[in-house]
Amino acid sequence: MTASTTLEGDGREADLLAGFESTIAHNDRIEPRDWMPEGYRKTLVRQIAQHAHSEIIGMQPEGNWITRAPSLRRKAILLAKVQDEAGHGLYLYSACETLGTSRGELTEKLISGAQKYSSIFNYPTLSYADVGTIGWLVDGAAICNQVPLCRTSFGPYGRAMIRICKEESFHQRQGYELLMTMMRGTDEQRAMVQESVNRFWWPALMMFGPPDADSPNTAQSMAWGIKRNTNDDLRQRFVDMSVPQAEALGVTFPDPELRWNEERGAHDFGQPDWDEFMAVVKGNGPCNAQRIAHRRAAHEDGAWVREAAMAFAARSRDGHADTTREETK
Amino acid sequence: MTEQTSAEWPLYEVFVRGKRGLNHVHVGSLHAADDDMAVRHARDVYTRRNEGVSIWVVRSDAITASSPDEKDPMFAPSGDKVYRHPTFYSIPDNVPHM
Ligand SMILES: [Fe+2]
Ligand SMILES: [Fe+2]
Repeated sequence: MTASTTLEGDGREADLLAGFESTIAHNDRIEPRDWMPEGYRKTLVRQIAQHAHSEIIGMQPEGNWITRAPSLRRKAILLAKVQDEAGHGLYLYSACETLGTSRGELTEKLISGAQKYSSIFNYPTLSYADVGTIGWLVDGAAICNQVPLCRTSFGPYGRAMIRICKEESFHQRQGYELLMTMMRGTDEQRAMVQESVNRFWWPALMMFGPPDADSPNTAQSMAWGIKRNTNDDLRQRFVDMSVPQAEALGVTFPDPELRWNEERGAHDFGQPDWDEFMAVVKGNGPCNAQRIAHRRAAHEDGAWVREAAMAFAARSRDGHADTTREETK
Repeated sequence: MTEQTSAEWPLYEVFVRGKRGLNHVHVGSLHAADDDMAVRHARDVYTRRNEGVSIWVVRSDAITASSPDEKDPMFAPSGDKVYRHPTFYSIPDNVPHM
């Protein structure tokens, strides 16, 4: 345990590394108390935290519409969906904490901007159709990303992903069903759906991250079994899945280069605007400031509640102790 | 910030019994101010879809584990005791029900 401080430290460290690498090579899982290279731990903390923050911030664009849902049915569905996203954030924070990072630290790093969340949530939700489009395309892209992560090499992360994936299919289906309902409505409603899809298509493609050529950490993450597919692989998979769904719905994607490539057995498609992506990641998207300000306000406004609950817990403990003493008299 | 972190609600580990006849299984952790709140939060976080019929919570700092490593020498003694497994004994194929 204190190997690195002893003289034989280097030999022991090499043994530990060999043990770690053989666990990865056997496709076994790494568990929190196992020895792991610092880089592996850091990469995981960064990725899981970013993932957790995305679930938490991701509640805002849709939460925006809860009070204005068009029916009680839609309101109940949206509430349940947003509550699930909170749950996803909590599963992931829980996994991240097993790596020795505290919850308070994670929250602090989110609201100070030290850790990121998915850039998709920095786009506004302008109409109720966006609730449907987010469920269909944004949760759909999340599912593409998350299903392979169920087999990620770090045990707690994989287990959180399995739990999350079970819940995501409801998210995607409710969104698609909402859009189908609107497509059966008036011309105006159909136009709302198409307009919403036009706005979200490119940001959804950006959710898979930069092209492989500009993603220098992918190779190491794949060697460690943290990631199982490259960004471009997953993006391709998402496009191929979405095209027939769009046809069934009766909408188009705003990409003139999108077409079936017989030779590749896959769709060719255009590239998102990566300059826009970088600008949004750097904090200059339409809603970055608003999202963080909202999260910060919720955290700070809730401080007295957290403190009061602690004080109440402390007093109840003392109270119980008093009663016990009373009884033994 | 340090102050805020130290005032953080304690961490609890959550165990859920999926249905009658099964063991409680560890599902994850959460923060709560006290035991009662931990049970209520566990219900909201880990059983939104009938995943359980019973919940246990225990403060993480109350758990004693076998060793800091999952590759524990404590389990080594069982490694060489192959005679504890039924496959150690060869029984002729014509002996039934064994
Ligand atoms: Fe989610
Ligand atoms: Fe979702």
